[in-house]
Amino acid sequence: MNPRLLPLAATVMIFVIAYAVCYIQFPAMLSTRVAGNLLTDNAFLGIAAVGMTFVIISGGIDLSVGSVIAFTGVFIAVVLRDTSLHPLAVFAILLVLTTLFGAAMGMIIHVLRMPPFIVTLAGMFLARGLAYILSVDSVPISHPFYDWLQTLYWLLPGKGRLTLIGGLMLLVFAFGILLAHRTRFGANVIALGGGVQTARLMGVPVARTIVAIYALSGFLAGLSGIVFSLYTSAGYSLAAVGVELDAIAAVVIGGTLLTGGSGFVAGTLIGVLIMGLIQTYIIFDGTLSSWWTKIVIGALLLVFIVLQKGLLGLADRRRSLRASGGA
Amino acid sequence: MNGTLARFARRIAPQLITLAVVVAMIGIVFPGFFDISIANGRLYGSPVDILNRGAPVALLAIGMTLVIATGGIDLSVGAVMAICGAIAATLIVEGYSLPATLALSLGAGLLCGLWNGILVAVLGIQPIVATLILMVAGRGIAQLVTEGMIRTFSHDGFASLGSGNLLWLPTPVVIWICAGILATLIVRRTALGMLIEAVGINRRASMLAGVNARLLLVTVYMVSGLCAAMAGIIVTADIRGADANNAGLFLELDAILAVVVGGTSLLGGHFSLIASLIGAMIIQAINTGILVAGFPPEFNLVIKACIVLAILVLQSPALQGAAILFSRAKGQP
Repeated sequence: MNPRLLPLAATVMIFVIAYAVCYIQFPAMLSTRVAGNLLTDNAFLGIAAVGMTFVIISGGIDLSVGSVIAFTGVFIAVVLRDTSLHPLAVFAILLVLTTLFGAAMGMIIHVLRMPPFIVTLAGMFLARGLAYILSVDSVPISHPFYDWLQTLYWLLPGKGRLTLIGGLMLLVFAFGILLAHRTRFGANVIALGGGVQTARLMGVPVARTIVAIYALSGFLAGLSGIVFSLYTSAGYSLAAVGVELDAIAAVVIGGTLLTGGSGFVAGTLIGVLIMGLIQTYIIFDGTLSSWWTKIVIGALLLVFIVLQKGLLGLADRRRSLRASGGA
Repeated sequence: MNGTLARFARRIAPQLITLAVVVAMIGIVFPGFFDISIANGRLYGSPVDILNRGAPVALLAIGMTLVIATGGIDLSVGAVMAICGAIAATLIVEGYSLPATLALSLGAGLLCGLWNGILVAVLGIQPIVATLILMVAGRGIAQLVTEGMIRTFSHDGFASLGSGNLLWLPTPVVIWICAGILATLIVRRTALGMLIEAVGINRRASMLAGVNARLLLVTVYMVSGLCAAMAGIIVTADIRGADANNAGLFLELDAILAVVVGGTSLLGGHFSLIASLIGAMIIQAINTGILVAGFPPEFNLVIKACIVLAILVLQSPALQGAAILFSRAKGQP
């Protein structure tokens, strides 16, 4: 078996075992209602995590995601309150804005050759600051179109509901899987993660790819913000604090190498679901406190990072053994 | 000796000028800014307030500078502040004596640093990822300590660490200045500072040259944990309570910003503790300036973002390359 697939296999196994443990304790966990809620509750995180997967595979990081989600919510709420634009038009303007925002960060990273970490940190300050300037208070969203969107769902067998936003997340994941593993852009992203120099020698258009990666992350963060505003019916500048960290955690738990160069969009979905499952379990249990979520996620992160480290070391040793055997 | 002094002055000149400009701008907008008075045995006034409010970031910046100089980063300092603050408040409530409380909470900070250091130096995980683990889990641990409540206490001795006076100055100011002087003396009067820079510039080369890089890295992260613990204790003592959710929230970013404003490259190598401390004061002066100038505090983050961007452009390797080319072109007409 390809050792690169091992983290993904471990993730899937942990998810199945965790779900089985939950099921044994609370048989109701296996209903489609719980599954539907799991998708709905984590839709915004999942969509943002798809963008983060691309960024991390390319060897970068995007810390601005949570702030962009907050900015999106406030922007939509304020524009809907103060103008008579249709929400769809607002969505379109917003997605263009966040895509350009991501592209600008990509440009800075490439042109100034600065670490993505610090550039997107500036982006994080900027987006959150703009959200503050638009409104400090939480702005409720009330629009008939919004109410209509929120009532949309597809009834699953067993009375579970696949809501619009849950379905949208699954669509984004399907799109992400195709983009990462079946297109030239995806191949370029993976090549870039292996090393900028080698990628350039292979003929990857480095500048265009880096800008496109961060633009994609910005676009998906905007989409995630729209989903978040549908989920909460409000825009609040202090919302979604730390979502970027949850997204990074989901990506790592999903088997993507944090050093870049290898990863799976599908694994990220499982990572998001594992994190959601921990929360669901805590709600079902009722006696555990919600801070256990953070501790368990921290522990999972540690396990996966050490696992990756071990696998990489193993692969390196095997390669050097083969090299010395050939010589 | 004169040469090193001149070099040092040149090194911190940009930071000092920036600080002077920021303070002068505040002075123009708000003429009463420089009024300092003595009352109840301590100095009062906006400049003293900047020194006081900037204490947590200044303390964090000391540890962060050393970590960044080794080419690393410590994202967990905010969470470590929350953990140590929570431990300190809980112990005081349980009736432990003040020295025991301080020793145990500083020890907790060292332990957090040791954890980060082992992940980075022994397991070889990238620093940003290694410290991310504690950043995520740390607030959970802090909440575990406080059992999800905001722990308040009434212990005057402990509270005076945050709001008391010492030598006519607020205690936090004395603490961070002493910590800064002590750290500077330790790294600059011994070879330690140079060794840290060597590891930051090229870890492998420095190891081949006989530097115990592993031990050095663990120590540096432990110092960062210790500084975070001190900052956490001051914040807890100041508000007379431990808030596991909000103590030190986003302060890791302010600390990194202070180091970057202080001119230490995020890529590791040469560092200056004094410049980082001035950087911390610049950030606090901007925070205070925005408030006294009557701007809504919402502008704070946008202005910080613009500062980061401006510094990024100045520090950028691409731009420096261009500058070298430019000067060469000028040299050879």
